[in-house]
Parts: sequence; C-alpha cells; structure tokens
Amino acid sequence: MNVSSVKGSMSISSSTSTWKAGDTISDQFPAGLRVLVVDDDPTCLMILEKMLIACLYKVTKCNRAETALSKLRENKNGYDIVLSDVHMPDMDGFKLLEHIGLEMDLPVIMMSADDGKQVVMKGVTHGACDYLIKPVRIEALKNIWQHVVRKRKNEWKEFEQSGSVEEGDRQPKQSDDADYSSSANEGNWKGSKRRKDEEEETDERDDTSTLKKPRVVWSVELHQQFVAAVNQLGIDKAVPKKILELMNVPGLTRENVASHLQKYRLYLRRLSGVSQHQSNLSTIISAQDPTFGSLSSLSGLDLQTLAATGQLPAQSLARLQAAGLGRATAKSAIPITLVDQRNIFSFENPKLRFGEGQQQHMTNKQQVNLLHGIPTTMEPKQLVSLRHAAQSVGNMNMQVPPHGPQSSQNNPLLMQMGQQQQQQQSRGQILVDSTINHAPRLSSMGQPILSNGMATNVSSRSGIPENIRAPGYSQTPSMLNFPMNHASELPGNCFPLGSTPGVSNLTSKGAFQEDVNSEIKGSGGFMPSYDVFNDLNQYKPQSWELQNVGIAFDSSQHSNSLQGNLDLTQSALGQQGFSSGQMNGHNRSAAVASKAMFSTGNVKELRSAQNVNQHLNNLLVDNTIRVKSERVCDASPANIFPDHFGQDDLMSALLKQQESVASSENEFDFDGYSMNNIPV
Amino acid sequence: MDRNRLHNQVASMRRSLFDQGYLDDQFIQLEELQDDTNPNFVQEVVTLFYNDSTRLIQNIEQALNSRPIEFCKLDDYMHQFKGSSSSIGAKKVTNECTAFREYCNAENAEGCIRSFQQVKQEHAILKRKLEVYLQTVRQASQTA
Repeated sequence: MNVSSVKGSMSISSSTSTWKAGDTISDQFPAGLRVLVVDDDPTCLMILEKMLIACLYKVTKCNRAETALSKLRENKNGYDIVLSDVHMPDMDGFKLLEHIGLEMDLPVIMMSADDGKQVVMKGVTHGACDYLIKPVRIEALKNIWQHVVRKRKNEWKEFEQSGSVEEGDRQPKQSDDADYSSSANEGNWKGSKRRKDEEEETDERDDTSTLKKPRVVWSVELHQQFVAAVNQLGIDKAVPKKILELMNVPGLTRENVASHLQKYRLYLRRLSGVSQHQSNLSTIISAQDPTFGSLSSLSGLDLQTLAATGQLPAQSLARLQAAGLGRATAKSAIPITLVDQRNIFSFENPKLRFGEGQQQHMTNKQQVNLLHGIPTTMEPKQLVSLRHAAQSVGNMNMQVPPHGPQSSQNNPLLMQMGQQQQQQQSRGQILVDSTINHAPRLSSMGQPILSNGMATNVSSRSGIPENIRAPGYSQTPSMLNFPMNHASELPGNCFPLGSTPGVSNLTSKGAFQEDVNSEIKGSGGFMPSYDVFNDLNQYKPQSWELQNVGIAFDSSQHSNSLQGNLDLTQSALGQQGFSSGQMNGHNRSAAVASKAMFSTGNVKELRSAQNVNQHLNNLLVDNTIRVKSERVCDASPANIFPDHFGQDDLMSALLKQQESVASSENEFDFDGYSMNNIPV
Repeated sequence: MDRNRLHNQVASMRRSLFDQGYLDDQFIQLEELQDDTNPNFVQEVVTLFYNDSTRLIQNIEQALNSRPIEFCKLDDYMHQFKGSSSSIGAKKVTNECTAFREYCNAENAEGCIRSFQQVKQEHAILKRKLEVYLQTVRQASQTA
C-alpha cells in the first residue's frame, strides 16, 4: 500500500492545505488511513491492530489513554481517526473522547463490550461518531473511513456556510446542525484544521468549492486564548467578532470563531446541563403536544418563515404554543409544554427529531436548533435576541395563566398523544409554540394560524420573542385547540381573559377550528382554560407521568442538550422551552421549553425545571411530583392568570396540537372544570 | 499419511470445539487474520489472552474475598474479562461471565461466588482444549 501517497491525498497537511471531500482521493483510499487505537486489554488491542492492518490502515496502538493523548498532541495531524475503548483504568473513554474533540477534533469511535442503551447514548452525546460493540469484527472496521470523510465534508460545509453569512449566524449553525445531526459530533469542537502559516486560509471563501477552506486547528493555546476572550466578554456577550478581536490571532476568521463558539457553548451546556435537563424535562412534559406529529411537516415550513424572520424564539414560542397549549397552566403550563415536548421528542422518533431539526436547518438554522434541540449554539446575537424574547415571553407568561388551565387539561391529552412520533414532532412544536405563545399574546397578530401554522404564525411574526409578535399566533393555536371556542370565539378565545389585544387577530381561526377537534374542548376557549387552570394541578400528575416516560428516554439521551438549552433559553426563550436548538435531541427541545417556561429571566427556575426534567427521566413516578412542584413554584397562579395571555396562546397551541394528535385525549379536557378561580 | 491424519485430526477437533459451543464466530475471525505474515497469530492471541486473564481472575478472586464485597469493582473486572474472552471467541466463558454479571448487578454475593466458579472452570477447560488443538495444528503444519 502506498501510504505516503494516500496520506498526501488524505491529510490536511498536504500542500493544498485542505482536503476536500471530493478532492483527489487516492485510489487506494481508505488504505493508509491513520488510525490510533486505544484499549487497555492487550488481547483486544492485538486483535484490533491486526484487523486494522488487514484493512490496510496505518495503525498506532496504545494501551493507555494518557499515552494516546500525548501521541495525538505531539502529532496533531498525524492521525485521521481514533478508536477507543470505553472502560479504561486510567481515564474514562468518554473523557478521552471529549479531550480529542476539544483539542484535535478528530472523529472518534468508541468500543465496548457493553451494549446498553445508556452507554451508547453517552457515546452519542459526548460526540463519538460511532459506537462498536465488542467483540469487534473486521467488517465493522472496514468502513470506519466514512467517518473521516464525513467529518471533513461537514467541516467544509460549515466553512462555506459561515463564510457566506456574515450577519446571520444562522448558516454556520445550520451547517453545524447538520453536522451534529449527521455525525453526532456535538461534543466535538469543530475547529477546522488550518495551518497558520498557510496561504490559502479562509480568504478563499470566495472559492466556489466549498471544500477549499483550510481547517483551523484549535490547539490548546488557541483554545485557551479563546476561552480567555470569552470569559472576558462574558459568555452571554461573547460575540465572534469581539472574540476575534480580543484573541488577535492573525488569520483567524470570524467564522472560525463562530463555529468554535457554538461548540463551546454546547460543551458548556452539556457540562452544566444535567440538572437543567431535568427541569427542562418537566416543563416540556407539561407541554407535550401530540399534535406535533402532524405539525412537524408544517413546522418545517414554519421554521422557514421563522427563519426568515430570523427569530428563533418566536418559532419556539410558536411551537411551544402549538405544542403545549393545552398543557401549561400559566407558568407551569409553559414548562409542561416543554416537558411534554421532550417526551414527545424523546427517543420515540429520533428520526423525527432530526428530521424536524433538519427541516429547520434548511429553513432556519437557528430555529432548528431551538426547536429540535439541534446542538448548534446560538450566536450571541441570537442569544441576545432570545433573551429579549425570553424576557418578553416571561412577561407573557404571566399572561398565560388563562392558558394554564387549558393547558393542564390538554396536558394529559397531549402527553398521551405526544408519545411516540407525535411526541417528537409536537415537541418541536411545543417549543415553538410555547415561545410563540408568549409572544403573541401581547399583540394581536391576527395572523392566520395554521394548525401547524402555529409555528408559521410565529414565524410570520418573525420570531419576535418579545411577545409582540406572536399574539396572533398564540391565538390561533388556542383556537384550534379549543373547539369550544368555535371559530367566532376563537379570536377571543385566545385571550379570554380578555384583554389581549392580539386576540382579535385570529381571523384565521375559523380555518383552524376545523382543524381543531372538539377534543380539546377545554382548550377551545380561554374560558375553559381558566377552569382548567384550576384543575391543572390535577392533571399534572398525569401529564407528568407521561412526560416522565418521554423524558426518561430523552434525558438519558439529551442531558447534554438540556444543559445547552438552558443556557440559551434562559436568556431568551425562557418560557417556551425554546431549546435554542442546542439540545441534542428531544431533550433539547424540552430543555428549551422548560427554559422558556421558567425563565422569565429566571435562570434558576429553568435549572430547576431542567432538574425536574432530568429527574423525570430517571424516576418516572417521582418525577411527576417533582415536576409538579417545580412547576408550581415557578408560576404562582396569581401571577399567571391576570393579564397574561401568553399562556392562553400556549394552551391553545398546545391544545391544538393535542387535538390533532389524539382525539382520545379529550377526555382530559376541561370537563368539570369550573372557571371560577381564574382571576382574569 | 501422517500429515493427512494430523490434518483430519485438526479438522475434527476444530469442528467439535465449535459444535460443543466452546468457540464461536469470533475465533474464525482470528483464524482469518492469520496469514503468511503472521502464521502464528491465533496461537499468539490465545497465549496473550490466557496470560492476561490470569491476572483478571486474580483480581476478581480478591474482590470476591474482600468484605464487604464491592460489586461495582467486581462488575468492572468482569466486564473487562468478558470483553477479553469474547474477543477470542471463548463462547462458554463469555456466557458464564454474563451470568456472573447478573448476579453482580443483583448484588447476590452467593450467586457471584458460585457463578465465578463456573467461569473459572470453563476458562480452564477451554485452555486445555485450545492447547491441545493448537499443538495439533502446529504439528500438522510442521509435517511436510
């Protein structure tokens, strides 16, 4: 095998400094692929080495993680891929995985005799690009080169994206998202390898070929500089441009920094997100929206519109609304939405999850992230906007109370419906809806709300999380959800409590009504919602339980994402569990939702929400209680009801979704709910 | 004739090892890896396994004898052992390891101890059989 020639074509160190996925790949490829294999078991190590050699790869073996790391550090570009065992005495395989992702950004494949779902999921969340079960067969090793190709291809795409979009941080995110979803590299720092001394650099962005961009190697020092700059600016205010200036590294571009920042955010989120995840879950649970399933397709569209507006929060709001309308009672409603969403998105439909996310990608990178928990970090700008949105949402949340009751009712429905695929979809929706709910309430958007359209409404609003946008949006969902409201009432339904100026916009309501089945009876009117609100608590347990189920699955998977979400949403979405797409999967949306729910700028709440969520995952039963308490403390009924119509919107959105999801859920409607206690 | 006899012997021994469930597919993977550049690969791997597994067995023994029993540690050791034995295709040994881990998860000390006896037994049986088998293989390859 002609290793040198292969190397030349494959390694970035080639004179062209960039390795294009479609570029001149030696005919011998993947022969010569430089593999570093790490395993403390000498028998396995010997066998693996032999197998890899038989595949014509160039193999370096180590039996200790520390040795492997130092080898990698010594020779940054000396390896194409790493194979590592999970259980090692000196260092946990996942830790090694993170180090490699952070410092070298190489594809890493994990191996273990353990094939438990938890462990495999852990691999995914830590950014492994594949997971092999021992005993490893040679056939499994023959194809590992695909991960190398894929990674490089994605990096190019990312470069291209970031290069083309200066202002809109969407694109970089988009590529990141795609990257994440495709290769589960969330944990990896996407530094593109780039020779500092190279001439091409990113200045060649104008190249037609997307693959020509040199990769930036985020060395330890460079990363330290980056972290120092970020800390100096403050993680919330860290904008790629400013970071770039502070770092003052010649040849480094804003895009490089932007993508690295994204990864860093994800990483941070993942580190701190376990508790948040739980809380998110709880919120999401409440917001389950079974209708998501049907909405998912629309959500993609919505996302586009939202994307247009470039306002993620709005979308998430919308989604959340759509999703969790029925669920959240006031504040809790929102969290529930988030939680539900999470359930919905939980493992049931990984495909959906990504699918939706991907839809979003296409349309609105940012949005996608939020909704589907795509790990992309939101750009600082976005964050800021989100934050604003969140704040506004927070205000709106207050308004939501009316929805609360509704949502509570819906929650049980949603929750049940939300399971499985629907869950996934609805989750996204919920996220969007909830966020939108908050926003819309305030303003009478009067925009036609399509059933899935809740997202669209929001989108049209262009995601102004700041409530003002979505009023129409929220309304519609509610309308849809509450058959009781009937078309004519729908507008008013959204904000039965009145005063929502935005309510009037629900012209489209009529249209939606059709969509809305009677199932959501309670949801239909805000009136009912008030009733529901009272009874929300009753349902909560139910929803929580269901949510727990969903969450349980999700949390395990997406704990990282939740964390990530928290960061973002706290500031922005707050309420709507608008997982700023950071969430890996379902969890993300859940996380976002929960965040949205809780945060009216209250990070703590989100955290608790997340905690709750996480907890839910672990303890289905216990979680319900926990979530409830989480929710309750977050939203005091008193606050919730009065003037905040956001909840209504949420609820309506939720309800709507619920409707679509399962008519059977209706039984959870607001039957027997008295509307007395709802302070309007 | 001798060679034919030896080869037949090798073939039938090998067949019975598989038929009786001592070895599985993974062992075939090892055999396939053996080639002219590595004519004794299988022997080397098996030797390496038995050297290494002795160490693991000692660790497990120690952990089982300590009081209180640390089931986490036990599980860890056994996980390693299982990974190792499965990589050479030691089917019965691996199965016993799985059984052991179940007892371990249930924190059933008695069950662990009994199960471990099974593990050691299978481990020893396979060792003897492989020794004989590989010796025959060596002989067969040496005879013209």
